[in-house]
Amino acid sequence: MYDNMIKIEFLSKSQNESFARVAVAAFVSQLDPTIEEITDVKTAVSEAVTNAIIHGYENKDGVVKIEAMIKDEELTVIVMDEGIGIENVSLAMQPLYTSRPDLERSGMGFTVMETFMDNLEVYSERGKGTKIIMKKNFKSLS
Amino acid sequence: MYLKFNNQDNKLVVTMIGELDHHSAEEVRSKIDDRLDRDGINKLIMDFSGVSFMDSSGIGVVIGRFKKLSLKQGVVCVTNVNGSVKRVFELSGMFKIIKPFDSIEQALSNV
Repeated sequence: MYDNMIKIEFLSKSQNESFARVAVAAFVSQLDPTIEEITDVKTAVSEAVTNAIIHGYENKDGVVKIEAMIKDEELTVIVMDEGIGIENVSLAMQPLYTSRPDLERSGMGFTVMETFMDNLEVYSERGKGTKIIMKKNFKSLS
Repeated sequence: MYLKFNNQDNKLVVTMIGELDHHSAEEVRSKIDDRLDRDGINKLIMDFSGVSFMDSSGIGVVIGRFKKLSLKQGVVCVTNVNGSVKRVFELSGMFKIIKPFDSIEQALSNV
């Protein structure tokens, strides 16, 4: 099993984006990460949570759940919503694609998650929500 | 997010201080657009020296201002883009259309 684990639930309000990334960053600190590694995780979590709020719940009230686990030097972060889901996941993951061109979004969310983490999996079903699983390995200093 | 505006030679310099994410992007967008419209300016210099965190929402804000000012034959450039903010910028390929400068002074004399 895991060495350590946390679960967080919060309302899908944009004010909670910074809370979510800082909370996960604080959890990660036990792995003695570099500043760059911490920023990578914060940025990826910020993208996933923003997606849940804007796209999953379409800015309406819902609950975003985060689970984070540590096993040896590996961090797993799961971001889940029970929102509208993604019709076509591979299309959504293409760089620069956005389902909401009206919102001035860059369409780079999934690309950022993929680049800043080592592994990204996206599970989604129309009407049932989206689950994002991201993993990152930390090079231990010791 | 705290924004400091400075109008120099009909160029609007906005210094952003804080974290630029989806939450703060809404405010940044509307405050910059208000200034641009109110003062009828079409040249914008966005200074990132005080931005401690930025995700892809920041890219949306910059590209959005670029599109808006392009319609008015204007320019957008960015200054003091460093560290993690720079990595997000590079990932988006934005430097192909938006010019970065090392300092506000350099940007002011080049746009």
